[in-house]
Amino acid sequence: MQFGIFSVSDITPDPTTGRAPSEAGRIKAMVAIAKKAEEVGLDVFATGEHHNPPFVMSSPTTYLGYVAAQTSTLQLSTATTLITTNDPVKIAEDYAMLQHLADGRVDLMMGRGNTGPVYPWFGKDIRDGIELAVENYALLRQLWREDVVNWEGKFRTPLQGFTSTPRPLDGVPPFVWHGSIRSPQIAEQAAYYGDGFFHNHIFWPKEHTQRMVEFYRRRFEHYGHGSADQAIVGLGGQVFMRKNSQDAVTEFRPYFDVAPVYGHGPSLEEFTSQTPLTVGSPQQVIERTLGFRDYVGDYQRQLFLIDHAGLPLKTVLEQLDILGEEVVPVLRREFAALKPAHVPDAPTHASLVAAAGGARDATVYAAPDAVTGATAEEVEA
Amino acid sequence: MTTRTLAVVSAGLSNPSSTRLLADRLTAATVDALRARGDDATVEVVELRAHARDLADNLVTGFANESLRTAVDTVTGADGLIAVTPIFSASFSGLFKTFFDVLDKEALVGKPVLLGATAGTARHSLALEHAVRPLFSYLRAVTVPTAVFAASEDWAGAGGVDRALADRIERAAGELADLVTGRPAGARPADPFADPETPFEELLRRR
Repeated sequence: MQFGIFSVSDITPDPTTGRAPSEAGRIKAMVAIAKKAEEVGLDVFATGEHHNPPFVMSSPTTYLGYVAAQTSTLQLSTATTLITTNDPVKIAEDYAMLQHLADGRVDLMMGRGNTGPVYPWFGKDIRDGIELAVENYALLRQLWREDVVNWEGKFRTPLQGFTSTPRPLDGVPPFVWHGSIRSPQIAEQAAYYGDGFFHNHIFWPKEHTQRMVEFYRRRFEHYGHGSADQAIVGLGGQVFMRKNSQDAVTEFRPYFDVAPVYGHGPSLEEFTSQTPLTVGSPQQVIERTLGFRDYVGDYQRQLFLIDHAGLPLKTVLEQLDILGEEVVPVLRREFAALKPAHVPDAPTHASLVAAAGGARDATVYAAPDAVTGATAEEVEA
Repeated sequence: MTTRTLAVVSAGLSNPSSTRLLADRLTAATVDALRARGDDATVEVVELRAHARDLADNLVTGFANESLRTAVDTVTGADGLIAVTPIFSASFSGLFKTFFDVLDKEALVGKPVLLGATAGTARHSLALEHAVRPLFSYLRAVTVPTAVFAASEDWAGAGGVDRALADRIERAAGELADLVTGRPAGARPADPFADPETPFEELLRRR
Protein backbone atom coordinates (compact mmCIF):
# COMPACT_ATOMS: atom_id res chain seq x y z
CA MET A 1 0.00 0.00 0.00
CA GLN A 2 1.16 3.53 -0.81
CA PHE A 3 1.13 6.34 1.75
CA GLY A 4 1.59 9.98 1.03
CA ILE A 5 0.28 13.51 1.29
CA PHE A 6 -1.73 15.78 -0.98
CA SER A 7 -1.81 19.56 -0.98
CA VAL A 8 -4.32 22.08 -2.27
CA SER A 9 -1.57 24.76 -2.33
CA ASP A 10 -3.63 27.34 -0.46
CA ILE A 11 -2.21 30.59 0.86
CA THR A 12 -4.18 31.08 4.05
CA PRO A 13 -3.26 33.47 6.87
CA ASP A 14 -2.14 31.68 10.02
CA PRO A 15 -5.07 32.51 12.34
CA THR A 16 -2.80 32.52 15.38
CA THR A 17 -0.52 35.24 13.97
CA GLY A 18 -2.57 36.82 11.17
CA ARG A 19 0.38 36.40 8.80
CA ALA A 20 0.06 34.79 5.37
CA PRO A 21 3.08 33.49 3.44
CA SER A 22 4.02 35.16 0.16
CA GLU A 23 3.58 33.19 -3.07
CA ALA A 24 7.34 32.74 -3.17
CA GLY A 25 7.35 31.47 0.40
CA ARG A 26 4.47 29.07 -0.12
CA ILE A 27 5.91 27.64 -3.34
CA LYS A 28 9.27 26.97 -1.68
CA ALA A 29 7.47 25.56 1.37
CA MET A 30 5.70 23.08 -0.90
CA VAL A 31 9.07 21.98 -2.26
CA ALA A 32 10.36 21.51 1.29
CA ILE A 33 7.23 19.53 2.20
CA ALA A 34 7.58 17.19 -0.80
CA LYS A 35 11.29 16.58 -0.08
CA LYS A 36 10.51 15.93 3.56
CA ALA A 37 7.82 13.44 2.54
CA GLU A 38 10.47 11.37 0.77
CA GLU A 39 12.96 11.79 3.61
CA VAL A 40 10.55 10.42 6.24
CA GLY A 41 9.72 7.42 4.06
CA LEU A 42 6.39 8.35 2.48
CA ASP A 43 5.66 7.07 -1.03
CA VAL A 44 3.58 9.75 -2.76
CA PHE A 45 3.25 13.51 -3.03
CA ALA A 46 0.29 14.90 -4.97
CA THR A 47 -0.48 18.52 -5.72
CA GLY A 48 -3.71 20.16 -6.71
CA GLU A 49 -4.15 22.44 -9.71
CA HIS A 50 -5.86 25.81 -9.30
CA HIS A 51 -6.06 28.98 -11.34
CA ASN A 52 -7.16 31.55 -8.79
CA PRO A 53 -6.11 32.97 -5.41
CA PRO A 54 -5.75 31.83 -2.65
CA PHE A 55 -4.00 28.97 -4.46
CA VAL A 56 -0.51 29.06 -5.99
CA MET A 57 -0.40 25.82 -7.97
CA SER A 58 -1.34 26.79 -11.50
CA SER A 59 1.57 24.94 -13.07
CA PRO A 60 1.92 21.46 -11.54
CA THR A 61 4.44 20.00 -13.99
CA THR A 62 6.85 22.91 -13.52
CA TYR A 63 6.68 22.31 -9.80
CA LEU A 64 6.75 18.51 -9.98
CA GLY A 65 9.69 18.60 -12.41
CA TYR A 66 11.65 20.67 -9.89
CA VAL A 67 10.71 18.25 -7.09
CA ALA A 68 11.62 15.27 -9.29
CA ALA A 69 15.15 16.65 -9.64
CA GLN A 70 15.55 16.82 -5.87
CA THR A 71 14.06 13.46 -4.94
CA SER A 72 14.79 9.90 -5.94
CA THR A 73 12.02 7.59 -4.74
CA LEU A 74 8.98 9.81 -4.25
CA GLN A 75 6.02 9.08 -6.55
CA LEU A 76 4.78 12.39 -7.99
CA SER A 77 1.10 12.80 -8.58
CA THR A 78 -1.73 15.31 -8.89
CA ALA A 79 -4.90 15.92 -6.92
CA THR A 80 -6.34 16.79 -9.30
CA THR A 81 -5.40 17.53 -12.92
CA LEU A 82 -8.24 19.44 -14.56
CA ILE A 83 -9.28 17.12 -17.38
CA THR A 84 -12.15 19.46 -18.27
CA THR A 85 -10.38 22.76 -18.92
CA ASN A 86 -6.83 21.70 -19.84
CA ASP A 87 -6.13 20.80 -23.43
CA PRO A 88 -5.61 17.01 -23.41
CA VAL A 89 -2.78 17.48 -25.91
CA LYS A 90 -0.90 19.64 -23.41
CA ILE A 91 -1.57 17.15 -20.59
CA ALA A 92 -0.21 14.34 -22.80
CA GLU A 93 2.95 16.32 -23.58
CA ASP A 94 3.60 17.79 -20.13
CA TYR A 95 3.19 14.59 -18.16
CA ALA A 96 5.11 12.44 -20.64
CA MET A 97 7.95 14.95 -20.31
CA LEU A 98 7.69 14.79 -16.51
CA GLN A 99 7.64 10.99 -16.69
CA HIS A 100 10.99 11.00 -18.52
CA LEU A 101 12.60 13.52 -16.16
CA ALA A 102 11.34 11.66 -13.08
CA ASP A 103 12.36 8.21 -14.39
CA GLY A 104 8.76 7.05 -14.35
CA ARG A 105 7.85 8.25 -10.84
CA VAL A 106 4.66 9.88 -12.14
CA ASP A 107 0.95 9.23 -12.10
CA LEU A 108 -2.04 11.55 -12.38
CA MET A 109 -5.43 12.00 -10.85
CA MET A 110 -8.07 13.46 -13.14
CA GLY A 111 -10.73 15.74 -11.75
CA ARG A 112 -13.26 18.27 -12.96
CA GLY A 113 -12.28 20.96 -10.45
CA ASN A 114 -14.50 22.65 -7.92
CA THR A 115 -14.26 26.26 -9.09
CA GLY A 116 -17.06 27.12 -11.51
CA PRO A 117 -15.42 30.21 -13.08
CA VAL A 118 -12.42 28.13 -14.25
CA TYR A 119 -14.51 26.86 -17.16
CA PRO A 120 -15.08 30.26 -18.81
CA TRP A 121 -11.50 31.32 -18.03
CA PHE A 122 -10.37 28.48 -20.27
CA GLY A 123 -13.09 28.90 -22.85
CA LYS A 124 -15.28 26.06 -21.64
CA ASP A 125 -18.85 25.70 -20.34
CA ILE A 126 -19.41 24.17 -16.90
CA ARG A 127 -22.57 22.51 -18.16
CA ASP A 128 -20.34 20.32 -20.34
CA GLY A 129 -18.28 19.17 -17.31
CA ILE A 130 -18.94 15.43 -17.58
CA GLU A 131 -18.84 15.39 -21.38
CA LEU A 132 -15.52 17.28 -21.34
CA ALA A 133 -14.09 14.78 -18.86
CA VAL A 134 -15.20 11.88 -21.07
CA GLU A 135 -14.02 13.29 -24.41
CA ASN A 136 -10.76 14.84 -23.20
CA TYR A 137 -9.68 11.73 -21.34
CA ALA A 138 -10.46 9.49 -24.31
CA LEU A 139 -8.22 11.71 -26.44
CA LEU A 140 -5.47 11.79 -23.80
CA ARG A 141 -5.38 7.99 -23.73
CA GLN A 142 -5.18 7.86 -27.49
CA LEU A 143 -2.33 10.41 -27.58
CA TRP A 144 -0.28 8.30 -25.17
CA ARG A 145 -1.04 4.98 -26.85
CA GLU A 146 -0.95 5.77 -30.57
CA ASP A 147 2.09 7.36 -32.22
CA VAL A 148 0.01 9.12 -34.86
CA VAL A 149 -3.42 10.39 -33.98
CA ASN A 150 -6.21 11.45 -36.32
CA TRP A 151 -9.02 12.72 -34.18
CA GLU A 152 -12.18 14.76 -34.26
CA GLY A 153 -14.39 15.64 -31.30
CA LYS A 154 -16.90 18.14 -30.00
CA PHE A 155 -14.74 20.37 -27.80
CA ARG A 156 -11.37 20.72 -29.51
CA THR A 157 -10.05 21.43 -32.98
CA PRO A 158 -9.44 18.22 -34.93
CA LEU A 159 -6.01 16.58 -35.07
CA GLN A 160 -4.56 15.31 -38.32
CA GLY A 161 -1.49 13.11 -38.19
CA PHE A 162 -0.50 14.45 -34.79
CA THR A 163 2.25 12.87 -32.71
CA SER A 164 2.44 13.87 -29.05
CA THR A 165 6.06 14.08 -27.92
CA PRO A 166 7.89 12.88 -26.00
CA ARG A 167 6.34 9.43 -26.26
CA PRO A 168 5.63 7.89 -22.84
CA LEU A 169 8.72 6.59 -21.07
CA ASP A 170 9.50 2.97 -22.04
CA GLY A 171 6.33 2.99 -24.16
CA VAL A 172 4.15 2.89 -21.02
CA PRO A 173 1.79 5.78 -20.20
CA PRO A 174 1.49 6.96 -16.58
CA PHE A 175 -1.14 5.27 -14.43
CA VAL A 176 -4.29 7.36 -14.04
CA TRP A 177 -6.66 7.79 -11.13
CA HIS A 178 -10.00 9.54 -11.39
CA GLY A 179 -11.15 11.63 -8.45
CA SER A 180 -14.78 12.46 -7.82
CA ILE A 181 -16.78 13.19 -4.72
CA ARG A 182 -20.32 12.60 -5.89
CA SER A 183 -20.50 11.91 -9.63
CA PRO A 184 -21.15 8.24 -10.38
CA GLN A 185 -20.32 8.97 -14.05
CA ILE A 186 -16.68 9.58 -13.12
CA ALA A 187 -16.50 6.37 -11.07
CA GLU A 188 -18.03 4.67 -14.12
CA GLN A 189 -15.29 6.17 -16.31
CA ALA A 190 -12.56 4.88 -13.98
CA ALA A 191 -14.19 1.44 -13.94
CA TYR A 192 -14.61 1.34 -17.73
CA TYR A 193 -10.89 1.83 -18.33
CA GLY A 194 -9.72 -0.19 -15.33
CA ASP A 195 -8.09 2.97 -13.97
CA GLY A 196 -7.85 3.88 -10.28
CA PHE A 197 -10.57 5.69 -8.37
CA PHE A 198 -9.74 8.18 -5.64
CA HIS A 199 -12.24 9.61 -3.18
CA ASN A 200 -11.30 12.84 -1.44
CA HIS A 201 -13.13 11.43 1.58
CA ILE A 202 -12.17 14.13 4.06
CA PHE A 203 -14.99 16.65 4.10
CA TRP A 204 -17.98 14.31 4.12
CA PRO A 205 -19.47 11.49 6.18
CA LYS A 206 -18.06 8.10 5.31
CA GLU A 207 -21.32 6.97 3.67
CA HIS A 208 -20.61 9.29 0.72
CA THR A 209 -17.23 7.65 0.12
CA GLN A 210 -18.59 4.17 0.69
CA ARG A 211 -21.36 4.52 -1.92
CA MET A 212 -18.98 5.85 -4.58
CA VAL A 213 -16.31 3.20 -3.94
CA GLU A 214 -18.86 0.38 -3.91
CA PHE A 215 -20.24 1.59 -7.22
CA TYR A 216 -16.75 1.86 -8.75
CA ARG A 217 -15.79 -1.64 -7.58
CA ARG A 218 -19.00 -3.19 -8.92
CA ARG A 219 -18.55 -1.48 -12.30
CA PHE A 220 -14.81 -2.38 -12.44
CA GLU A 221 -15.85 -6.03 -12.21
CA HIS A 222 -18.66 -5.49 -14.75
CA TYR A 223 -16.13 -4.24 -17.30
CA GLY A 224 -13.97 -7.32 -16.83
CA HIS A 225 -10.87 -5.87 -15.21
CA GLY A 226 -10.95 -8.31 -12.28
CA SER A 227 -13.09 -8.91 -9.23
CA ALA A 228 -14.55 -5.94 -7.36
CA ASP A 229 -12.02 -6.30 -4.56
CA GLN A 230 -9.17 -6.02 -7.08
CA ALA A 231 -10.17 -2.52 -8.19
CA ILE A 232 -7.63 0.23 -7.43
CA VAL A 233 -8.90 2.56 -4.72
CA GLY A 234 -7.32 5.61 -3.10
CA LEU A 235 -8.59 7.70 -0.21
CA GLY A 236 -7.87 11.07 1.31
CA GLY A 237 -7.43 11.64 5.02
CA GLN A 238 -6.91 14.67 7.22
CA VAL A 239 -4.91 14.51 10.44
CA PHE A 240 -3.24 16.64 13.06
CA MET A 241 -1.13 14.89 15.66
CA ARG A 242 0.75 15.51 18.87
CA LYS A 243 2.08 13.00 21.37
CA ASN A 244 -0.75 13.88 23.76
CA SER A 245 -4.10 14.04 22.01
CA GLN A 246 -5.30 17.05 24.04
CA ASP A 247 -2.26 19.03 22.87
CA ALA A 248 -3.19 18.25 19.27
CA VAL A 249 -6.76 19.47 19.82
CA THR A 250 -5.64 22.67 21.54
CA GLU A 251 -3.09 23.50 18.86
CA PHE A 252 -5.29 22.66 15.86
CA ARG A 253 -8.55 24.24 17.06
CA PRO A 254 -7.79 27.85 16.00
CA TYR A 255 -6.94 26.58 12.50
CA PHE A 256 -10.06 24.44 12.37
CA ASP A 257 -12.41 27.14 13.61
CA VAL A 258 -11.72 29.50 10.70
CA ALA A 259 -10.62 27.00 8.03
CA PRO A 260 -11.90 28.06 4.60
CA VAL A 261 -13.59 24.74 3.90
CA TYR A 262 -15.53 24.04 7.09
CA GLY A 263 -14.86 26.89 9.54
CA HIS A 264 -17.62 28.74 11.38
CA GLY A 265 -19.85 25.66 11.29
CA PRO A 266 -19.68 22.49 13.37
CA SER A 267 -17.28 22.24 16.29
CA LEU A 268 -13.97 20.39 15.91
CA GLU A 269 -15.42 17.57 17.99
CA GLU A 270 -18.55 17.33 15.82
CA PHE A 271 -16.58 17.43 12.59
CA THR A 272 -14.15 14.73 13.71
CA SER A 273 -17.06 12.46 14.56
CA GLN A 274 -18.90 13.20 11.29
CA THR A 275 -15.92 13.01 8.88
CA PRO A 276 -12.53 11.23 8.71
CA LEU A 277 -10.73 14.25 10.24
CA THR A 278 -8.61 12.96 13.13
CA VAL A 279 -6.99 15.30 15.63
CA GLY A 280 -5.16 13.49 18.39
CA SER A 281 -2.33 11.11 19.14
CA PRO A 282 -0.48 9.05 16.51
CA GLN A 283 -2.22 5.98 17.92
CA GLN A 284 -5.64 7.55 17.31
CA VAL A 285 -4.66 8.30 13.71
CA ILE A 286 -3.51 4.71 13.24
CA GLU A 287 -6.78 3.31 14.56
CA ARG A 288 -8.98 5.68 12.58
CA THR A 289 -7.08 5.06 9.35
CA LEU A 290 -7.20 1.29 9.73
CA GLY A 291 -10.95 1.71 10.14
CA PHE A 292 -11.29 3.16 6.60
CA ARG A 293 -10.79 -0.37 5.30
CA ASP A 294 -13.98 -1.46 7.06
CA TYR A 295 -16.12 0.52 4.63
CA VAL A 296 -14.09 0.67 1.39
CA GLY A 297 -12.33 -2.71 1.51
CA ASP A 298 -8.62 -3.28 0.91
CA TYR A 299 -7.31 -0.20 -0.84
CA GLN A 300 -4.08 0.85 -2.48
CA ARG A 301 -3.31 4.48 -1.69
CA GLN A 302 -3.78 6.68 1.37
CA LEU A 303 -3.03 10.40 1.05
CA PHE A 304 -3.19 12.78 4.00
CA LEU A 305 -3.91 16.50 3.89
CA ILE A 306 -1.59 18.19 6.39
CA ASP A 307 -0.47 21.56 4.98
CA HIS A 308 -3.61 23.70 4.68
CA ALA A 309 -5.56 26.33 6.63
CA GLY A 310 -2.50 28.45 7.41
CA LEU A 311 -0.49 25.86 9.34
CA PRO A 312 3.14 27.05 9.43
CA LEU A 313 5.81 25.12 7.54
CA LYS A 314 7.58 24.13 10.75
CA THR A 315 4.40 22.49 12.06
CA VAL A 316 3.78 20.71 8.75
CA LEU A 317 7.31 19.28 8.79
CA GLU A 318 6.76 18.08 12.37
CA GLN A 319 3.56 16.38 11.24
CA LEU A 320 5.56 14.63 8.51
CA ASP A 321 8.07 13.42 11.09
CA ILE A 322 5.27 11.92 13.16
CA LEU A 323 3.68 10.32 10.09
CA GLY A 324 6.98 8.85 8.95
CA GLU A 325 8.25 7.69 12.32
CA GLU A 326 5.18 6.59 14.22
CA VAL A 327 2.15 6.23 11.96
CA VAL A 328 2.98 4.97 8.47
CA PRO A 329 5.30 2.11 9.52
CA VAL A 330 2.52 0.68 11.68
CA LEU A 331 -0.13 1.24 8.99
CA ARG A 332 2.07 -0.47 6.38
CA ARG A 333 2.47 -3.52 8.59
CA GLU A 334 -1.15 -3.72 9.67
CA PHE A 335 -2.70 -3.14 6.22
CA ALA A 336 -0.29 -5.64 4.64
CA ALA A 337 -1.22 -8.28 7.19
CA LEU A 338 -4.92 -7.78 6.43
CA LYS A 339 -4.69 -7.70 2.62
CA PRO A 340 -5.47 -10.97 0.78
CA ALA A 341 -2.87 -12.08 -1.79
CA HIS A 342 -5.17 -11.61 -4.80
CA VAL A 343 -5.62 -7.88 -4.10
CA PRO A 344 -3.05 -5.98 -6.19
CA ASP A 345 -0.89 -3.03 -5.17
CA ALA A 346 -1.31 0.31 -6.93
CA PRO A 347 0.34 0.15 -10.35
CA THR A 348 3.76 1.83 -10.66
CA HIS A 349 5.90 2.49 -13.69
CA ALA A 350 7.88 -0.67 -12.95
CA SER A 351 4.79 -2.86 -12.65
CA LEU A 352 3.24 -1.37 -15.81
CA VAL A 353 6.47 -1.96 -17.74
CA ALA A 354 6.57 -5.55 -16.54
CA ALA A 355 2.91 -6.02 -17.53
CA ALA A 356 3.70 -4.64 -20.99
CA GLY A 357 6.39 -7.27 -21.45
CA GLY A 358 9.32 -4.99 -20.76
CA ALA A 359 10.54 -1.53 -21.59
CA ARG A 360 10.84 -0.37 -25.17
CA ASP A 361 12.19 2.84 -26.65
CA ALA A 362 9.05 4.50 -27.96
CA THR A 363 10.80 7.39 -29.67
CA VAL A 364 9.16 8.44 -32.91
CA TYR A 365 12.01 9.34 -35.25
CA ALA A 366 11.32 11.74 -38.02
CA ALA A 367 12.64 10.75 -41.41
CA PRO A 368 15.11 13.26 -42.84
CA ASP A 369 13.52 16.10 -44.68
CA ALA A 370 15.25 19.03 -46.29
CA VAL A 371 13.33 21.63 -44.32
CA THR A 372 11.39 20.44 -41.26
CA GLY A 373 12.26 16.80 -40.79
CA ALA A 374 9.27 14.69 -41.72
CA THR A 375 5.50 14.68 -41.65
CA ALA A 376 3.72 12.30 -39.34
CA GLU A 377 2.02 10.66 -42.35
CA GLU A 378 5.40 9.68 -43.73
CA VAL A 379 6.39 8.15 -40.40
CA GLU A 380 3.16 6.17 -40.31
CA ALA A 381 3.76 4.86 -43.82
CA MET B 1 -55.39 -1.68 3.53
CA THR B 2 -52.47 0.40 2.28
CA THR B 3 -50.44 2.28 4.87
CA ARG B 4 -49.32 5.74 3.76
CA THR B 5 -46.54 7.73 5.38
CA LEU B 6 -47.11 11.39 6.13
CA ALA B 7 -44.21 13.68 6.96
CA VAL B 8 -44.98 16.89 8.82
CA VAL B 9 -42.50 19.78 8.78
CA SER B 10 -43.19 22.49 11.34
CA ALA B 11 -41.00 25.59 11.52
CA GLY B 12 -42.57 27.05 14.66
CA LEU B 13 -40.07 28.44 17.16
CA SER B 14 -42.00 28.81 20.43
CA ASN B 15 -43.47 26.15 22.65
CA PRO B 16 -46.39 25.83 22.48
CA SER B 17 -46.35 27.00 18.88
CA SER B 18 -49.37 27.99 16.82
CA THR B 19 -47.48 26.71 13.76
CA ARG B 20 -47.23 23.27 15.35
CA LEU B 21 -50.85 23.55 16.43
CA LEU B 22 -51.90 24.13 12.81
CA ALA B 23 -49.62 21.32 11.64
CA ASP B 24 -51.26 18.95 14.13
CA ARG B 25 -54.77 19.97 13.00
CA LEU B 26 -53.84 19.43 9.36
CA THR B 27 -52.26 16.09 10.19
CA ALA B 28 -55.23 14.78 12.16
CA ALA B 29 -57.61 15.85 9.41
CA THR B 30 -55.45 14.21 6.73
CA VAL B 31 -55.23 10.94 8.67
CA ASP B 32 -59.05 10.97 8.98
CA ALA B 33 -59.43 11.73 5.29
CA LEU B 34 -57.09 8.86 4.36
CA ARG B 35 -59.04 6.48 6.60
CA ALA B 36 -62.26 7.61 4.96
CA ARG B 37 -60.68 6.57 1.65
CA GLY B 38 -59.67 3.18 3.03
CA ASP B 39 -55.98 3.84 3.74
CA ASP B 40 -54.08 3.80 7.01
CA ALA B 41 -51.39 6.37 7.81
CA THR B 42 -48.23 6.67 9.85
CA VAL B 43 -47.12 10.17 10.81
CA GLU B 44 -43.60 11.48 11.42
CA VAL B 45 -43.12 15.05 12.59
CA VAL B 46 -39.97 17.06 11.92
CA GLU B 47 -39.68 20.07 14.23
CA LEU B 48 -37.16 22.32 12.50
CA ARG B 49 -36.31 24.19 15.70
CA ALA B 50 -34.50 21.05 16.87
CA HIS B 51 -32.39 21.19 13.69
CA ALA B 52 -31.57 24.91 13.70
CA ARG B 53 -27.82 24.34 14.23
CA ASP B 54 -27.76 21.24 12.03
CA LEU B 55 -29.12 23.35 9.19
CA ALA B 56 -26.57 26.13 9.71
CA ASP B 57 -23.80 23.50 9.77
CA ASN B 58 -25.11 21.99 6.55
CA LEU B 59 -24.87 25.37 4.83
CA VAL B 60 -21.21 25.58 5.82
CA THR B 61 -20.08 21.98 5.33
CA GLY B 62 -22.28 20.91 2.44
CA PHE B 63 -23.60 17.79 4.14
CA ALA B 64 -26.35 16.90 6.60
CA ASN B 65 -25.19 15.49 9.91
CA GLU B 66 -26.79 12.31 11.17
CA SER B 67 -29.65 13.95 13.01
CA LEU B 68 -30.58 16.16 10.06
CA ARG B 69 -30.08 13.24 7.66
CA THR B 70 -32.80 11.33 9.50
CA ALA B 71 -35.18 14.29 9.17
CA VAL B 72 -34.37 14.69 5.47
CA ASP B 73 -34.91 10.98 4.84
CA THR B 74 -38.25 11.18 6.65
CA VAL B 75 -39.44 13.95 4.36
CA THR B 76 -38.05 12.64 1.08
CA GLY B 77 -39.32 9.12 1.75
CA ALA B 78 -42.90 10.10 2.72
CA ASP B 79 -45.97 9.56 0.53
CA GLY B 80 -47.25 13.02 1.44
CA LEU B 81 -45.91 16.15 3.13
CA ILE B 82 -47.56 18.74 5.35
CA ALA B 83 -45.32 21.83 5.56
CA VAL B 84 -46.17 24.67 7.93
CA THR B 85 -44.22 27.86 8.52
CA PRO B 86 -44.69 31.07 10.45
CA ILE B 87 -44.74 34.14 8.20
CA PHE B 88 -41.77 36.40 8.98
CA SER B 89 -41.21 39.66 7.09
CA ALA B 90 -43.74 38.84 4.37
CA SER B 91 -42.46 35.31 3.64
CA PHE B 92 -41.60 31.87 5.04
CA SER B 93 -39.16 31.88 7.94
CA GLY B 94 -35.45 31.52 7.18
CA LEU B 95 -35.34 28.26 9.10
CA PHE B 96 -38.13 26.82 6.94
CA LYS B 97 -36.42 27.92 3.73
CA THR B 98 -33.06 26.55 4.85
CA PHE B 99 -34.51 23.08 5.30
CA PHE B 100 -35.80 23.06 1.74
CA ASP B 101 -32.53 24.63 0.51
CA VAL B 102 -30.44 21.70 1.72
CA LEU B 103 -32.58 18.97 0.13
CA ASP B 104 -31.35 17.46 -3.13
CA LYS B 105 -32.97 19.45 -5.90
CA GLU B 106 -34.93 16.40 -7.11
CA ALA B 107 -35.98 15.27 -3.63
CA LEU B 108 -39.57 16.54 -3.72
CA VAL B 109 -40.38 16.05 -7.41
CA GLY B 110 -44.00 14.91 -7.73
CA LYS B 111 -44.58 14.77 -3.99
CA PRO B 112 -48.08 15.77 -2.75
CA VAL B 113 -47.71 18.70 -0.35
CA LEU B 114 -50.19 20.56 1.82
CA LEU B 115 -49.03 24.08 2.72
CA GLY B 116 -49.85 25.90 5.93
CA ALA B 117 -48.77 29.16 7.55
CA THR B 118 -49.41 31.15 10.70
CA ALA B 119 -49.01 34.77 11.72
CA GLY B 120 -50.31 37.33 14.19
CA THR B 121 -52.84 38.86 11.83
CA ALA B 122 -54.70 37.87 8.69
CA ARG B 123 -52.86 40.55 6.71
CA HIS B 124 -50.06 38.00 6.12
CA SER B 125 -52.30 35.32 4.65
CA LEU B 126 -51.43 35.67 0.96
CA ALA B 127 -47.74 35.08 1.70
CA LEU B 128 -48.76 31.42 1.26
CA GLU B 129 -49.64 32.09 -2.38
CA HIS B 130 -46.94 34.63 -3.17
CA ALA B 131 -43.98 33.03 -1.37
CA VAL B 132 -44.57 29.51 -0.08
CA ARG B 133 -46.36 27.97 -3.07
CA PRO B 134 -43.78 29.20 -5.62
CA LEU B 135 -41.01 27.59 -3.55
CA PHE B 136 -42.70 24.21 -3.86
CA SER B 137 -43.57 24.80 -7.52
CA TYR B 138 -39.86 25.40 -8.11
CA LEU B 139 -39.08 22.09 -6.41
CA ARG B 140 -41.68 20.49 -8.69
CA ALA B 141 -43.75 19.24 -5.77
CA VAL B 142 -47.51 18.91 -6.29
CA THR B 143 -49.21 21.33 -3.92
CA VAL B 144 -52.90 20.91 -3.08
CA PRO B 145 -55.13 23.83 -4.18
CA THR B 146 -56.14 24.83 -0.65
CA ALA B 147 -53.32 26.28 1.42
CA VAL B 148 -54.27 26.93 5.04
CA PHE B 149 -53.46 30.14 6.86
CA ALA B 150 -54.25 30.72 10.54
CA ALA B 151 -53.93 34.06 12.31
CA SER B 152 -54.10 34.39 16.08
CA GLU B 153 -57.80 35.34 15.89
CA ASP B 154 -58.62 32.07 14.06
CA TRP B 155 -57.82 30.03 17.16
CA ALA B 156 -61.01 31.23 18.90
CA GLY B 157 -64.34 29.47 18.51
CA ALA B 158 -65.83 26.03 19.05
CA GLY B 159 -63.15 23.41 19.74
CA GLY B 160 -60.51 26.12 19.79
CA VAL B 161 -60.82 26.67 16.04
CA ASP B 162 -62.84 29.16 14.07
CA ARG B 163 -65.45 27.40 11.87
CA ALA B 164 -64.06 28.89 8.67
CA LEU B 165 -60.56 27.67 9.54
CA ALA B 166 -61.90 24.22 10.41
CA ASP B 167 -63.57 24.04 7.01
CA ARG B 168 -60.36 25.03 5.24
CA ILE B 169 -58.41 22.42 7.18
CA GLU B 170 -60.89 19.73 6.23
CA ARG B 171 -60.96 20.73 2.57
CA ALA B 172 -57.14 20.85 2.33
CA ALA B 173 -56.81 17.48 4.10
CA GLY B 174 -59.28 15.93 1.66
CA GLU B 175 -57.31 17.30 -1.27
CA LEU B 176 -54.05 15.88 0.10
CA ALA B 177 -55.67 12.50 0.81
CA ASP B 178 -57.01 12.40 -2.78
CA LEU B 179 -53.53 13.02 -4.19
CA VAL B 180 -51.82 10.53 -1.87
CA THR B 181 -54.30 7.70 -2.46
CA GLY B 182 -54.09 8.22 -6.20
CA ARG B 183 -50.41 7.22 -6.23
CA PRO B 184 -48.41 4.06 -5.60
CA ALA B 185 -47.28 3.82 -1.96
CA GLY B 186 -43.61 4.09 -1.07
CA ALA B 187 -42.45 5.67 -4.37
CA ARG B 188 -38.79 6.68 -4.00
CA PRO B 189 -36.45 8.89 -6.01
CA ALA B 190 -34.18 7.07 -8.48
CA ASP B 191 -30.98 5.57 -6.99
CA PRO B 192 -27.99 7.45 -8.47
CA PHE B 193 -25.80 4.44 -7.73
CA ALA B 194 -27.87 1.96 -9.73
CA ASP B 195 -26.13 0.55 -12.81
CA PRO B 196 -26.19 3.32 -15.46
CA GLU B 197 -28.89 3.17 -18.12
CA THR B 198 -26.52 4.73 -20.66
CA PRO B 199 -23.53 2.46 -21.41
CA PHE B 200 -20.19 4.26 -21.20
CA GLU B 201 -19.49 3.37 -24.84
CA GLU B 202 -22.46 5.53 -25.79
CA LEU B 203 -21.10 8.50 -23.85
CA LEU B 204 -17.87 8.07 -25.81
CA ARG B 205 -19.72 7.92 -29.13
CA ARG B 206 -21.63 11.14 -28.40
CA ARG B 207 -18.62 13.30 -29.01
